[in-house]
Amino acid sequence: MAEEVKLFGAWGSPFSRRVEIALELKGIPFEYIEENVSDDKFKSPLLLKYNPIHKKVPVLLHNGKPVLESLIILEYVDETWKDNPILPEDPHERTMARFWARFIDEKCMPPVWKALLGTGEEREKALEEVRECLKTLEGVLNGKRFFGGETIGLLDIAANFIAFWLRVIQEVSGLEFLTADKCPVLIKWCDEFVSCNPVKEHLPPRDKLIAFMKNWLSGDGWTD
Amino acid sequence: MAKSDVKVLGSWPSPFVMRARIALNIKSVNYEYFEERLREGKSELLLKSNPVHKKIPVLIHGDKPICESLVIVQYIDETWSSGPSILPSDPYERATARFWAAYLDEKWFPSIRTIGMAQGEDARKAAIAQVEEGLVLLEEAFGKCSKGKRFFGGDQIGYLDIAFGCFLAWLRVTEKMSGIKLLSEANTPALLNWADRFCSDAAVKDVMPDTEKLAEFGKMVIAKMRGAAPPK
Repeated sequence: MAEEVKLFGAWGSPFSRRVEIALELKGIPFEYIEENVSDDKFKSPLLLKYNPIHKKVPVLLHNGKPVLESLIILEYVDETWKDNPILPEDPHERTMARFWARFIDEKCMPPVWKALLGTGEEREKALEEVRECLKTLEGVLNGKRFFGGETIGLLDIAANFIAFWLRVIQEVSGLEFLTADKCPVLIKWCDEFVSCNPVKEHLPPRDKLIAFMKNWLSGDGWTD
Repeated sequence: MAKSDVKVLGSWPSPFVMRARIALNIKSVNYEYFEERLREGKSELLLKSNPVHKKIPVLIHGDKPICESLVIVQYIDETWSSGPSILPSDPYERATARFWAAYLDEKWFPSIRTIGMAQGEDARKAAIAQVEEGLVLLEEAFGKCSKGKRFFGGDQIGYLDIAFGCFLAWLRVTEKMSGIKLLSEANTPALLNWADRFCSDAAVKDVMPDTEKLAEFGKMVIAKMRGAAPPK
Protein backbone atom coordinates (compact mmCIF):
# COMPACT_ATOMS: atom_id res chain seq x y z
CA MET A 1 0.00 0.00 0.00
CA ALA A 2 1.46 3.38 -0.96
CA GLU A 3 1.79 5.45 2.16
CA GLU A 4 1.29 9.17 1.89
CA VAL A 5 2.66 11.05 4.87
CA LYS A 6 2.64 14.84 5.09
CA LEU A 7 3.57 17.08 7.96
CA PHE A 8 2.42 20.66 8.38
CA GLY A 9 4.96 22.35 10.62
CA ALA A 10 6.82 25.53 11.46
CA TRP A 11 10.61 25.80 11.53
CA GLY A 12 10.72 27.26 15.02
CA SER A 13 8.07 25.09 16.65
CA PRO A 14 9.29 22.48 19.14
CA PHE A 15 5.95 20.72 18.70
CA SER A 16 6.23 20.11 14.97
CA ARG A 17 9.93 19.24 15.34
CA ARG A 18 8.89 16.46 17.74
CA VAL A 19 6.97 14.78 14.95
CA GLU A 20 9.89 15.17 12.54
CA ILE A 21 12.15 13.39 15.04
CA ALA A 22 9.74 10.48 15.43
CA LEU A 23 9.31 10.06 11.66
CA GLU A 24 13.11 10.21 11.20
CA LEU A 25 13.64 7.65 13.95
CA LYS A 26 11.25 5.25 12.25
CA GLY A 27 12.59 5.91 8.76
CA ILE A 28 9.27 7.21 7.42
CA PRO A 29 9.56 9.41 4.35
CA PHE A 30 7.29 12.42 4.49
CA GLU A 31 6.45 15.61 2.66
CA TYR A 32 7.00 18.69 4.79
CA ILE A 33 4.86 21.79 4.43
CA GLU A 34 6.13 24.93 6.14
CA GLU A 35 3.41 27.08 7.70
CA ASN A 36 3.66 30.73 8.69
CA VAL A 37 2.12 30.59 12.14
CA SER A 38 2.71 34.19 13.13
CA ASP A 39 -0.92 35.00 12.43
CA ASP A 40 -4.07 33.11 11.44
CA LYS A 41 -4.25 35.14 8.22
CA PHE A 42 -0.99 33.59 7.01
CA LYS A 43 -1.99 30.01 7.70
CA SER A 44 -2.70 27.87 4.66
CA PRO A 45 -6.29 26.90 3.80
CA LEU A 46 -5.28 23.26 4.15
CA LEU A 47 -4.04 23.74 7.71
CA LEU A 48 -7.26 25.51 8.65
CA LYS A 49 -9.24 22.73 7.00
CA TYR A 50 -7.43 19.94 8.85
CA ASN A 51 -7.23 21.69 12.21
CA PRO A 52 -10.25 24.00 12.35
CA ILE A 53 -10.55 24.04 16.14
CA HIS A 54 -7.00 24.87 17.16
CA LYS A 55 -5.56 26.11 13.83
CA LYS A 56 -2.11 24.96 14.90
CA VAL A 57 0.88 22.96 13.77
CA PRO A 58 1.81 20.17 13.77
CA VAL A 59 -0.74 18.36 11.66
CA LEU A 60 0.22 14.93 10.41
CA LEU A 61 -1.67 13.81 7.34
CA HIS A 62 -1.55 10.06 6.82
CA ASN A 63 -3.23 8.90 3.64
CA GLY A 64 -5.38 12.01 3.76
CA LYS A 65 -6.43 11.66 7.40
CA PRO A 66 -5.30 14.37 9.84
CA VAL A 67 -3.81 13.61 13.26
CA LEU A 68 -3.49 16.54 15.65
CA GLU A 69 -1.60 17.52 18.83
CA SER A 70 2.10 16.63 18.97
CA LEU A 71 1.96 14.10 21.83
CA ILE A 72 -1.06 12.38 20.28
CA ILE A 73 0.76 12.29 16.93
CA LEU A 74 3.82 10.71 18.59
CA GLU A 75 1.68 7.88 19.95
CA TYR A 76 -0.06 7.49 16.59
CA VAL A 77 3.28 7.25 14.80
CA ASP A 78 4.52 4.70 17.34
CA GLU A 79 1.40 2.56 16.97
CA THR A 80 1.35 2.72 13.17
CA TRP A 81 5.05 2.11 12.41
CA LYS A 82 6.39 -0.51 14.77
CA ASP A 83 10.16 -0.21 14.11
CA ASN A 84 12.26 1.56 16.76
CA PRO A 85 9.47 1.93 19.32
CA ILE A 86 9.43 5.14 21.33
CA LEU A 87 7.27 3.80 24.14
CA PRO A 88 8.37 0.88 26.32
CA GLU A 89 6.37 -2.38 26.58
CA ASP A 90 5.71 -2.25 30.30
CA PRO A 91 2.40 -0.44 31.11
CA HIS A 92 3.84 1.35 34.13
CA GLU A 93 6.84 2.67 32.22
CA ARG A 94 4.61 3.77 29.35
CA THR A 95 2.40 5.56 31.81
CA MET A 96 5.34 7.35 33.40
CA ALA A 97 6.55 8.51 29.96
CA ARG A 98 3.09 9.89 29.19
CA PHE A 99 2.81 11.54 32.60
CA TRP A 100 6.17 13.32 32.34
CA ALA A 101 5.59 14.36 28.73
CA ARG A 102 2.40 16.12 29.82
CA PHE A 103 4.29 17.59 32.78
CA ILE A 104 6.71 19.24 30.35
CA ASP A 105 3.92 20.81 28.31
CA GLU A 106 1.63 21.77 31.17
CA LYS A 107 4.02 22.62 34.01
CA CYS A 108 7.47 23.42 32.60
CA MET A 109 6.73 25.49 29.54
CA PRO A 110 4.14 28.05 30.72
CA PRO A 111 6.37 29.55 33.43
CA VAL A 112 9.21 29.93 30.91
CA TRP A 113 7.05 32.39 28.96
CA LYS A 114 5.87 34.00 32.18
CA ALA A 115 9.47 34.55 33.28
CA LEU A 116 10.43 35.96 29.88
CA LEU A 117 7.52 38.35 29.65
CA GLY A 118 7.11 39.17 33.32
CA THR A 119 9.02 41.53 35.53
CA GLY A 120 10.10 41.77 39.14
CA GLU A 121 8.48 39.36 41.57
CA GLU A 122 6.35 37.65 38.95
CA ARG A 123 9.46 36.92 36.90
CA GLU A 124 11.34 35.58 39.92
CA LYS A 125 8.46 33.34 40.90
CA ALA A 126 8.17 31.95 37.36
CA LEU A 127 11.92 31.42 37.14
CA GLU A 128 11.84 29.45 40.38
CA GLU A 129 8.94 27.36 39.07
CA VAL A 130 10.90 26.40 35.96
CA ARG A 131 13.93 25.51 38.05
CA GLU A 132 11.78 23.26 40.25
CA CYS A 133 10.43 21.49 37.16
CA LEU A 134 13.93 20.97 35.78
CA LYS A 135 15.12 19.61 39.10
CA THR A 136 12.22 17.16 39.03
CA LEU A 137 13.15 16.04 35.53
CA GLU A 138 16.76 15.63 36.64
CA GLY A 139 15.38 13.16 39.17
CA VAL A 140 13.32 11.36 36.55
CA LEU A 141 16.38 10.93 34.33
CA ASN A 142 18.04 9.23 37.29
CA GLY A 143 21.51 9.08 35.74
CA LYS A 144 20.35 7.40 32.52
CA ARG A 145 21.71 8.44 29.17
CA PHE A 146 18.23 9.19 27.84
CA PHE A 147 14.78 9.21 29.46
CA GLY A 148 14.08 6.24 27.19
CA GLY A 149 17.17 4.38 28.39
CA GLU A 150 19.91 3.69 25.84
CA THR A 151 17.95 5.21 22.98
CA ILE A 152 15.60 8.17 22.81
CA GLY A 153 11.94 7.61 23.59
CA LEU A 154 8.73 9.58 23.75
CA LEU A 155 9.78 11.56 26.80
CA ASP A 156 13.12 12.56 25.28
CA ILE A 157 11.31 13.77 22.17
CA ALA A 158 8.77 15.68 24.27
CA ALA A 159 11.65 17.30 26.16
CA ASN A 160 13.16 18.70 22.95
CA PHE A 161 12.09 22.15 24.11
CA ILE A 162 14.35 21.87 27.13
CA ALA A 163 17.33 20.51 25.20
CA PHE A 164 17.34 23.24 22.59
CA TRP A 165 14.82 26.06 22.84
CA LEU A 166 15.26 26.66 26.56
CA ARG A 167 19.00 27.05 26.16
CA VAL A 168 18.54 29.53 23.33
CA ILE A 169 16.04 31.44 25.47
CA GLN A 170 18.54 31.41 28.29
CA GLU A 171 21.25 32.88 26.07
CA VAL A 172 19.02 35.59 24.66
CA SER A 173 17.38 36.64 27.91
CA GLY A 174 20.18 36.07 30.41
CA LEU A 175 17.72 34.19 32.64
CA GLU A 176 19.38 31.15 34.18
CA PHE A 177 16.78 28.44 33.99
CA LEU A 178 19.03 25.43 33.57
CA THR A 179 22.39 25.36 35.35
CA ALA A 180 25.09 22.73 35.70
CA ASP A 181 25.25 23.01 39.47
CA LYS A 182 21.55 22.17 39.96
CA CYS A 183 20.99 19.84 37.00
CA PRO A 184 24.24 18.28 35.83
CA VAL A 185 22.64 15.10 34.49
CA LEU A 186 19.96 17.00 32.59
CA ILE A 187 22.60 19.26 31.00
CA LYS A 188 24.54 16.20 29.85
CA TRP A 189 21.29 14.77 28.47
CA CYS A 190 20.68 18.01 26.52
CA ASP A 191 24.03 17.65 24.75
CA GLU A 192 23.49 13.94 24.03
CA PHE A 193 19.98 14.57 22.74
CA VAL A 194 20.75 17.41 20.34
CA SER A 195 23.67 15.54 18.82
CA CYS A 196 21.99 12.17 18.33
CA ASN A 197 21.06 11.07 14.83
CA PRO A 198 17.27 11.32 14.68
CA VAL A 199 17.38 14.76 16.31
CA LYS A 200 20.26 16.77 14.90
CA GLU A 201 18.72 17.43 11.48
CA HIS A 202 15.43 18.38 13.09
CA LEU A 203 16.31 21.40 15.16
CA PRO A 204 15.85 25.00 14.04
CA PRO A 205 19.00 26.76 12.81
CA ARG A 206 20.40 28.19 16.03
CA ASP A 207 21.26 31.66 14.71
CA LYS A 208 17.88 32.02 13.11
CA LEU A 209 16.13 31.10 16.38
CA ILE A 210 18.32 33.50 18.37
CA ALA A 211 17.52 36.32 15.95
CA PHE A 212 13.82 35.45 16.07
CA MET A 213 13.74 35.44 19.87
CA LYS A 214 15.68 38.70 20.18
CA ASN A 215 13.30 40.31 17.75
CA TRP A 216 10.25 38.97 19.57
CA LEU A 217 11.49 39.99 23.01
CA SER A 218 12.42 43.48 21.91
CA GLY A 219 8.77 43.98 21.03
CA ASP A 220 9.36 44.30 17.34
CA GLY A 221 6.69 41.73 16.86
CA TRP A 222 6.56 38.17 15.71
CA THR A 223 8.19 37.91 12.32
CA ASP A 224 8.98 34.69 10.56
CA MET B 1 1.97 -8.10 42.26
CA ALA B 2 -1.49 -8.71 43.70
CA LYS B 3 -3.91 -7.20 41.25
CA SER B 4 -6.51 -6.64 43.94
CA ASP B 5 -4.11 -4.26 45.61
CA VAL B 6 -5.64 -1.24 43.96
CA LYS B 7 -6.58 2.03 45.64
CA VAL B 8 -8.17 5.18 44.33
CA LEU B 9 -7.81 8.50 46.11
CA GLY B 10 -10.68 10.73 45.10
CA SER B 11 -13.40 13.17 45.87
CA TRP B 12 -17.06 12.48 45.04
CA PRO B 13 -17.79 15.71 43.09
CA SER B 14 -14.77 15.27 40.83
CA PRO B 15 -15.47 14.18 37.25
CA PHE B 16 -11.80 13.29 36.87
CA VAL B 17 -12.00 10.79 39.71
CA MET B 18 -15.06 9.23 38.06
CA ARG B 19 -12.98 8.43 35.02
CA ALA B 20 -10.62 6.22 37.01
CA ARG B 21 -13.49 4.46 38.79
CA ILE B 22 -15.48 3.82 35.60
CA ALA B 23 -12.39 2.35 33.93
CA LEU B 24 -11.78 0.02 36.88
CA ASN B 25 -15.44 -1.00 36.86
CA ILE B 26 -15.29 -1.82 33.15
CA LYS B 27 -12.37 -4.14 33.87
CA SER B 28 -14.13 -5.58 36.97
CA VAL B 29 -11.16 -4.65 39.14
CA ASN B 30 -11.80 -4.55 42.86
CA TYR B 31 -10.40 -1.46 44.48
CA GLU B 32 -10.42 0.42 47.74
CA TYR B 33 -11.74 3.95 47.48
CA PHE B 34 -10.49 6.71 49.76
CA GLU B 35 -12.54 9.91 49.91
CA GLU B 36 -10.28 12.92 50.32
CA ARG B 37 -11.83 15.54 52.53
CA LEU B 38 -10.25 18.34 50.50
CA ARG B 39 -11.78 21.11 52.61
CA GLU B 40 -9.87 19.79 55.58
CA GLY B 41 -6.59 19.83 53.63
CA LYS B 42 -4.90 17.15 51.61
CA SER B 43 -4.05 13.82 53.19
CA GLU B 44 -0.51 12.58 53.76
CA LEU B 45 -1.14 9.78 51.32
CA LEU B 46 -2.25 12.17 48.58
CA LEU B 47 0.72 14.49 49.04
CA LYS B 48 3.10 11.54 49.09
CA SER B 49 1.62 9.84 46.01
CA ASN B 50 1.15 12.95 43.91
CA PRO B 51 3.87 15.36 44.98
CA VAL B 52 3.99 17.03 41.55
CA HIS B 53 0.34 18.06 41.18
CA LYS B 54 -1.10 17.28 44.63
CA LYS B 55 -4.41 16.46 42.98
CA ILE B 56 -6.97 13.69 42.81
CA PRO B 57 -7.49 11.20 41.29
CA VAL B 58 -4.51 9.08 42.20
CA LEU B 59 -4.50 5.37 41.40
CA ILE B 60 -2.20 3.32 43.58
CA HIS B 61 -1.43 -0.11 42.15
CA GLY B 62 0.65 -2.13 44.55
CA ASP B 63 3.03 0.55 45.72
CA LYS B 64 3.05 2.59 42.51
CA PRO B 65 1.02 5.79 42.24
CA ILE B 66 -0.35 6.90 38.89
CA CYS B 67 -1.69 10.42 38.42
CA GLU B 68 -3.69 12.43 35.87
CA SER B 69 -7.09 10.97 35.00
CA LEU B 70 -6.52 10.27 31.30
CA VAL B 71 -3.09 8.79 32.01
CA ILE B 72 -4.74 6.59 34.66
CA VAL B 73 -7.45 5.38 32.27
CA GLN B 74 -4.84 4.36 29.71
CA TYR B 75 -2.82 2.61 32.40
CA ILE B 76 -5.91 0.67 33.49
CA ASP B 77 -6.62 -0.30 29.88
CA GLU B 78 -3.08 -1.55 29.27
CA THR B 79 -2.61 -3.29 32.60
CA TRP B 80 -5.86 -5.25 32.74
CA SER B 81 -5.65 -6.14 29.10
CA SER B 82 -7.83 -9.26 29.35
CA GLY B 83 -10.88 -7.16 30.23
CA PRO B 84 -13.02 -5.25 27.69
CA SER B 85 -10.90 -2.71 25.77
CA ILE B 86 -11.31 0.92 26.64
CA LEU B 87 -9.27 2.52 23.86
CA PRO B 88 -10.10 1.53 20.28
CA SER B 89 -7.66 -0.86 18.63
CA ASP B 90 -7.19 1.16 15.45
CA PRO B 91 -4.42 3.80 15.77
CA TYR B 92 -6.40 6.48 13.94
CA GLU B 93 -9.47 5.93 16.11
CA ARG B 94 -7.24 6.05 19.18
CA ALA B 95 -5.75 9.36 18.06
CA THR B 96 -9.26 10.73 17.45
CA ALA B 97 -10.47 9.65 20.90
CA ARG B 98 -7.38 11.18 22.52
CA PHE B 99 -7.85 14.41 20.58
CA TRP B 100 -11.42 14.88 21.77
CA ALA B 101 -10.52 13.97 25.35
CA ALA B 102 -7.79 16.64 25.31
CA TYR B 103 -10.26 19.14 23.80
CA LEU B 104 -12.75 18.41 26.58
CA ASP B 105 -10.17 19.00 29.28
CA GLU B 106 -8.45 22.02 27.77
CA LYS B 107 -11.33 23.88 26.17
CA TRP B 108 -14.78 22.53 26.87
CA PHE B 109 -14.92 21.78 30.60
CA PRO B 110 -13.21 25.07 31.53
CA SER B 111 -16.02 26.87 29.66
CA ILE B 112 -18.61 24.96 31.74
CA ARG B 113 -16.89 26.16 34.89
CA THR B 114 -16.86 29.70 33.52
CA ILE B 115 -20.67 29.67 33.31
CA GLY B 116 -20.86 29.11 37.05
CA MET B 117 -18.17 31.64 37.90
CA ALA B 118 -19.05 34.29 35.33
CA GLN B 119 -19.47 37.78 36.65
CA GLY B 120 -22.07 39.65 34.69
CA GLU B 121 -24.62 38.69 32.06
CA ASP B 122 -22.29 39.22 29.06
CA ALA B 123 -19.63 36.95 30.47
CA ARG B 124 -22.24 34.31 31.24
CA LYS B 125 -23.73 34.46 27.74
CA ALA B 126 -20.27 34.19 26.18
CA ALA B 127 -19.46 31.13 28.28
CA ILE B 128 -22.78 29.48 27.40
CA ALA B 129 -22.15 30.13 23.70
CA GLN B 130 -18.74 28.47 23.99
CA VAL B 131 -20.20 25.39 25.66
CA GLU B 132 -22.94 25.13 23.03
CA GLU B 133 -20.42 25.49 20.20
CA GLY B 134 -18.39 22.68 21.73
CA LEU B 135 -21.45 20.46 22.03
CA VAL B 136 -22.21 20.89 18.34
CA LEU B 137 -18.68 19.70 17.55
CA LEU B 138 -19.07 16.78 19.93
CA GLU B 139 -22.42 15.83 18.41
CA GLU B 140 -20.66 15.58 15.05
CA ALA B 141 -17.78 13.64 16.60
CA PHE B 142 -20.28 11.22 18.11
CA GLY B 143 -21.70 10.49 14.67
CA LYS B 144 -18.23 9.75 13.28
CA CYS B 145 -16.88 7.75 16.23
CA SER B 146 -19.97 5.70 17.08
CA LYS B 147 -20.74 4.74 13.47
CA GLY B 148 -24.37 4.26 14.38
CA LYS B 149 -23.67 2.36 17.59
CA ARG B 150 -24.64 3.25 21.13
CA PHE B 151 -21.44 4.84 22.39
CA PHE B 152 -18.41 6.77 21.10
CA GLY B 153 -16.58 3.50 21.68
CA GLY B 154 -19.13 1.43 19.72
CA ASP B 155 -21.21 -1.23 21.48
CA GLN B 156 -19.47 -0.66 24.79
CA ILE B 157 -18.33 2.41 26.70
CA GLY B 158 -14.85 3.47 25.61
CA TYR B 159 -12.22 6.10 26.30
CA LEU B 160 -14.09 9.06 24.87
CA ASP B 161 -17.36 8.04 26.51
CA ILE B 162 -15.52 8.06 29.84
CA ALA B 163 -13.66 11.30 29.11
CA PHE B 164 -16.87 13.13 28.20
CA GLY B 165 -19.51 11.29 30.21
CA CYS B 166 -17.81 12.09 33.52
CA PHE B 167 -18.83 15.74 32.99
CA LEU B 168 -22.56 14.98 32.63
CA ALA B 169 -23.44 15.53 36.28
CA TRP B 170 -21.83 18.98 36.23
CA LEU B 171 -23.48 19.67 32.88
CA ARG B 172 -26.87 18.86 34.40
CA VAL B 173 -26.13 21.05 37.42
CA THR B 174 -25.19 23.90 35.07
CA GLU B 175 -28.44 23.42 33.13
CA LYS B 176 -30.37 23.48 36.38
CA MET B 177 -28.66 26.59 37.71
CA SER B 178 -28.69 28.56 34.48
CA GLY B 179 -32.15 27.47 33.35
CA ILE B 180 -30.78 26.60 29.91
CA LYS B 181 -30.91 23.22 28.19
CA LEU B 182 -27.39 22.67 26.92
CA LEU B 183 -28.07 19.18 25.57
CA SER B 184 -31.29 19.30 23.59
CA GLU B 185 -33.41 17.36 21.14
CA ALA B 186 -33.11 20.30 18.74
CA ASN B 187 -29.33 20.78 18.75
CA THR B 188 -27.76 17.60 20.10
CA PRO B 189 -30.24 14.73 19.76
CA ALA B 190 -27.61 12.00 19.53
CA LEU B 191 -25.73 13.26 22.60
CA LEU B 192 -28.96 13.60 24.55
CA ASN B 193 -29.70 9.92 24.06
CA TRP B 194 -26.09 8.93 24.59
CA ALA B 195 -26.06 10.78 27.92
CA ASP B 196 -28.95 8.70 29.28
CA ARG B 197 -27.37 5.47 28.08
CA PHE B 198 -24.03 6.42 29.61
CA CYS B 199 -25.47 7.37 32.99
CA SER B 200 -27.44 4.13 33.26
CA ASP B 201 -24.52 1.90 32.34
CA ALA B 202 -23.52 -0.58 35.02
CA ALA B 203 -19.95 0.74 35.14
CA VAL B 204 -21.16 4.30 35.65
CA LYS B 205 -24.32 4.55 37.67
CA ASP B 206 -22.88 3.95 41.12
CA VAL B 207 -20.12 6.52 40.72
CA MET B 208 -22.14 9.28 39.04
CA PRO B 209 -23.02 11.85 41.73
CA ASP B 210 -26.64 12.75 42.31
CA THR B 211 -27.49 16.02 40.51
CA GLU B 212 -29.25 17.58 43.53
CA LYS B 213 -26.37 16.83 45.85
CA LEU B 214 -23.86 18.14 43.31
CA ALA B 215 -25.92 21.32 42.77
CA GLU B 216 -25.81 22.02 46.52
CA PHE B 217 -22.07 21.45 46.49
CA GLY B 218 -21.70 23.72 43.44
CA LYS B 219 -23.64 26.54 45.10
CA MET B 220 -21.43 26.29 48.15
CA VAL B 221 -18.23 26.41 46.07
CA ILE B 222 -19.41 29.46 44.12
CA ALA B 223 -20.54 31.25 47.28
CA LYS B 224 -17.20 30.58 48.87
CA MET B 225 -15.30 31.84 45.80
CA ARG B 226 -17.41 34.95 45.52
CA GLY B 227 -17.25 35.66 49.21
CA ALA B 228 -13.57 34.96 49.52
CA ALA B 229 -12.22 37.12 46.71
CA PRO B 230 -13.26 40.30 44.96
CA PRO B 231 -14.48 39.88 41.37
CA LYS B 232 -11.55 39.56 38.91
